[in-house]
Amino acid sequence: MSSFHLQIVTPDGLFYDGEAESISVRAVTGNLTILPRHINFVTPLGMGAAKVVTNGQPRMAACIGGMLAVTDGQVRVIATTFEWVEQIDAARAQRALERAQQKLAAPELLSKQEYLLAEAELKRALIRTNLVKPQ
Amino acid sequence: MAGVSMKDIKNRIRSMQSTRQITKAMEMVAASKLRSAQDRAISSRPYFETLYATMNDIADSTRDFDSPYLQARKEGKLLCIVIAGDRGLAGGYNSNILRMAYSQMQGQDAEVLPIGRKAVEFFRTRGVPLFTEQYAEAAGMTIGDCFSVARVICDSFLSGQYSRVLLFYTHFASLLSQTPSSLPLLPLRVSGQKTSGHSFILYETGPTAVFDAIVPEYFGGVVYGALCESVASEQAARRTAMDSATKNADDIISDLSLKYNRARQGAITQEITEIVAGAEKV
Repeated sequence: MSSFHLQIVTPDGLFYDGEAESISVRAVTGNLTILPRHINFVTPLGMGAAKVVTNGQPRMAACIGGMLAVTDGQVRVIATTFEWVEQIDAARAQRALERAQQKLAAPELLSKQEYLLAEAELKRALIRTNLVKPQ
Repeated sequence: MAGVSMKDIKNRIRSMQSTRQITKAMEMVAASKLRSAQDRAISSRPYFETLYATMNDIADSTRDFDSPYLQARKEGKLLCIVIAGDRGLAGGYNSNILRMAYSQMQGQDAEVLPIGRKAVEFFRTRGVPLFTEQYAEAAGMTIGDCFSVARVICDSFLSGQYSRVLLFYTHFASLLSQTPSSLPLLPLRVSGQKTSGHSFILYETGPTAVFDAIVPEYFGGVVYGALCESVASEQAARRTAMDSATKNADDIISDLSLKYNRARQGAITQEITEIVAGAEKV
């Protein structure tokens, strides 16, 4: 099967550098999958799960913020946060989930800014907890 | 007389030695923190270089390109983000960057977003309006904090509250030299050289939308990078300062031990003379 060169970088460093057959991410407009020989393409990323297929094996990750760029067959994911599923701290995500739910239970106490922050926290926590949950 | 001064000298040597121990320990702590700060700065670099390159690509390859981040405005205040340290004893590190920032904002309607305890204290005592005091600890700043700083400054720039945003940080030139620097953040300047050969890139939701979505991320990166450099500079400055303090302590100790030995010898000589004189009498 044909493949393309994939690089995943975050501010914490390089997460993946090698060949991949496909990558699915959540972009701002919805889920999208990049296959080999894609046209040059740039899009900002939303928050969601990512799936990287290498040698027929899918690998899941949480991918939040940043952007995805395809240039001349090279795919680069420049994410604000990227965690492979085995790197996710399940207990921490669960705590974050509960904290965010608690905050959002009383939305009248929060300013608009705080509400948005809590909502984003909830989304991030949900992505992580859904990923680590046994299927 | 010799006995008293001998005791005095001994006490001074002892106190000098404990001072030396402290400065030596601080030097070593700074050296190890410096290494991790440098690593942090290096590992985050590719991320922001790519973001910046993409922004330039969009600006270069798109015709009639315009973004609210590029607009120069006449009215509105100046916002200065000033990154300094949390603690003193780092040579001229804090005072250099704070003095530079303060002199540049003289005569302007300026507000400050200080990062680091020393910056908060400095601008508070001088009565400069502060944007927020939330980031009083430079060492504890995470990348998430930098992104929220970036988002806040982008929002307040877009709302027209500020016309310019400047970033003050200490550039880490080498282990021995760190220079205070300033960097204009907004309005944003991109190279804007329209390339004649059009590259065909598909921008999902449009080039301008992609550009505007990337800008806050990019600023988060710039702030993070500046923070890493500043932290590295602080540790390097502290290391140098503590190194010279240790050397000074060494000098003083050797000087004092020389004095101590002379005094000791003098005392012995005097004692012998006294004994000899006493023996002759008998």
